[in-house]
Amino acid sequence: MFDFLEGYDVLGAFWTTVQLTVLSAIGSLIWGTVLAAMRVSPVPLMRGFGTAYVNIVRNIPLTVIIVFASLGLADIFRVTLGAADDFEALSFRLSILGFVAYTAAFVCEAIRSGINTVPVGQAEAARAIGLSFSQILWFIVLPQAFRSVIGPLANVLIALTKNTTVAASIGVAEAALLMKEMIENEAQVVLIGVVFAFGFVVLTLPTGLFFGWLSKRLAVKR
Amino acid sequence: MTSVLYDAPGPRAKRRNIILSVVFFVLLALLVWWIYKTMDDKGQLEWALWEPFTESEAWTTYLLPGLANTLKAAALSMVIALPLGAIFGIARLSDHRWVRIPAGAVVEFFRAIPVLLLMLFANQFYSSYTDVSTEDRPLYAVVTGLVLYNASVLAEIVKAGILSLPKGQTEAAQAIGLRKGQTMTSVLLPQAVTAMLPAIVSQLVVIVKDTALGGVMIGFTELLNSRGTLAAFYATVIPSFIVVAAIYIVLNFILTSFAGWLEQRLRRSKRSTGAVLGAEKVEDLNAAEIGGSYGTGQSA
Repeated sequence: MFDFLEGYDVLGAFWTTVQLTVLSAIGSLIWGTVLAAMRVSPVPLMRGFGTAYVNIVRNIPLTVIIVFASLGLADIFRVTLGAADDFEALSFRLSILGFVAYTAAFVCEAIRSGINTVPVGQAEAARAIGLSFSQILWFIVLPQAFRSVIGPLANVLIALTKNTTVAASIGVAEAALLMKEMIENEAQVVLIGVVFAFGFVVLTLPTGLFFGWLSKRLAVKR
Repeated sequence: MTSVLYDAPGPRAKRRNIILSVVFFVLLALLVWWIYKTMDDKGQLEWALWEPFTESEAWTTYLLPGLANTLKAAALSMVIALPLGAIFGIARLSDHRWVRIPAGAVVEFFRAIPVLLLMLFANQFYSSYTDVSTEDRPLYAVVTGLVLYNASVLAEIVKAGILSLPKGQTEAAQAIGLRKGQTMTSVLLPQAVTAMLPAIVSQLVVIVKDTALGGVMIGFTELLNSRGTLAAFYATVIPSFIVVAAIYIVLNFILTSFAGWLEQRLRRSKRSTGAVLGAEKVEDLNAAEIGGSYGTGQSA
């Protein structure tokens, strides 16, 4: 029944999807945290930049960003990320760059909302006992903020997992591209659809359940 | 100006802020300069590449028809997905297990799958098993994909909207002898829809953005797809991207602002129960919430 799978590297395609997801998740967590730090900083210029970045990037379709990374960044700006000759590696790296740029905006909003959940009184109490700014940040605010954003960050991660399929639009050999190729060549449209849908359910459901459990376990009870 | 992170600045903090501002400004200026320099070197700033956008032809031939298709697909998807979502949202709250569990499974399934896979599948499915004409097929496929995904997201919004209503509403309806169906259609649903409006409007932003997938992957001639044709005709890459991105940003910014305005208005309104499902709530309605831990009562 599943002999149409022969000759196709389905697991390899999903492995690329996982790689895209993990690398983009790490990148967007870093860039998103920096953006969030800018948005809550006392420097108006940084706050303005953070706000502008989030509002602009969130409203552009991810597909536009990914296609731009390939046609604009690579061809015009010569951003080749050390893979100028290897087209496959270039598309892979450019798509990660695009995912990071896009997902970071959502990570930033999640972290910022986490910082907002910490009551101002906590920081006032910390200042009253003489803690410095960095001590307040590290010992009082961030531990509470990060625990309260596990749920929203998990949602961003799940959305990112599904969004990695957009990389198919610039030829990265991940699951969606393979599915497109397979349903065009094989007659088993429905079965192929089921196989790939199952793959994504396997990737996203455990992630959701695990982080849902984690966020309930670590939630700050107020 | 106190926040949880910093107090009103004293003399030292003020000095530090100024230094930070200057450093950040220099970095930003360097980035802008690099972008300008590269575009200048590549001839991307030449007026000839920007000129098409000042003439009506580029708009009437490429951009506006593309935008019209984008809006058409988004509007169709919303109109079809909304009632479907309402049905599944109510079904998920049903007292009967044989209704609740299948509805939940369907909703969770379609939310776990990327929209792009749904579109690709629908496109091939229509071409293999139905006689939808070739020129209509991309639109059908895009709308099918968007409806399946967004109906399941809307089902969660509807569910959360109904659960966010004060319990007294159901109790009062029962007290005056309404049946379960009547309670739902005449008491809970109208209030839930009002409470959900901001969340529904901001879901439109997601739909508008997702139409771009159909343009690249299955040849639906929406805005991003039209950009490709336009760029090929006028040989203008970067300007076309900037113009198209600007259209998306303006369109979605209007929708986001409208959702925010609506939320404010609903919160102020005297007739509401005070239960408003804010725009930002949508992002929380995801697989991580399986088992539904939505509290009843006021979600402020």
